[in-house]
Amino acid sequence: MHIMEGFLPATHCIFWGAISAPFVVHGGMKLRRIMREQPQMRLILAAAGAFTFVLSALKMPSVTGSSSHPTGTGLGAILFGPPVMAMLGAIVLLFQALLLAHGGLTTLGANIFSMAIVGPSVSYGLWRLCRSLGFSIAVGVFLGAALGDLSTYVTTAVELAAAYPDEASGYVGAFLKFSGIYAVTQVPLAIAEGFLTVIVMNALSAKTHVLEELELVREQMS
Amino acid sequence: MIVISRLTNYLLLLGVVALVAVPLIFVKGEYKGSDDVGTEAITATKPGFEPWFRPIWKPPSAGIESLLFAVQAAFGAGVIGYVLGRIQGEAQRREAQKKPTPDNVAH
Repeated sequence: MHIMEGFLPATHCIFWGAISAPFVVHGGMKLRRIMREQPQMRLILAAAGAFTFVLSALKMPSVTGSSSHPTGTGLGAILFGPPVMAMLGAIVLLFQALLLAHGGLTTLGANIFSMAIVGPSVSYGLWRLCRSLGFSIAVGVFLGAALGDLSTYVTTAVELAAAYPDEASGYVGAFLKFSGIYAVTQVPLAIAEGFLTVIVMNALSAKTHVLEELELVREQMS
Repeated sequence: MIVISRLTNYLLLLGVVALVAVPLIFVKGEYKGSDDVGTEAITATKPGFEPWFRPIWKPPSAGIESLLFAVQAAFGAGVIGYVLGRIQGEAQRREAQKKPTPDNVAH
């Protein structure tokens, strides 16, 4: 999902940057508020941030014969809401742009939009939907994390198609082409991310009341 | 609150391993990063394409790049391990205070 440095036209960079910036600022404020008002959640917050750090560094092989990496944003989005992940995801992407030459400063806005805004929003929305439909926590976490991951890569394909429409088949053709590269490769990885997110969510909540304290479950179990 | 049973936990872990192993065993590929494949797709349709901005700093070799990715993953894994250890320890201490066992009754 990383669009490399200098690979989006300047106007597109400004456009995605302008869209992403308010989300990141809002997320930063939300993050500070949680740290101040719910200090007992700091450890869980650190774990959610660290999960993105780990998963976005892991390049895994896929059935298409190329490799890609998960995003790890679903866990934090489900626990703390999408804005917090806009900030944490932006930090990860900035780190990778500066120290790994992976992604870039000019494409930071576009990459934040796909990985730190769309992905977490899809994760959170699906999690809420699953819970209101009466699905179990595990199913909600799995679907939220897996499809949030996938939506990030679909968003990258949209961003690239908007910048590089195909001469013959236009925007739609370009989107299908980039989807073939990004989204199809991502399917098994998204499933793996879903599994891992359920495992970590279980580990974080097994002996604590995290889910109850964050009001992710209504029924109090003691 | 327990989200999944112990058995499901192991099955999910096994699933992750299988998802990584199956392509490596059954699919012959170069396993290039999809980000690089995407970049190549752009340059393929636009001969002579030059990115208008270059990374300020680049890891000097693929090995160094892997090192930095490994550092990123290790740091994250360390933090998760620390957090899980802390909350497990706190939970145990709470349990121990709730019902005194021969272990923590003063001698």
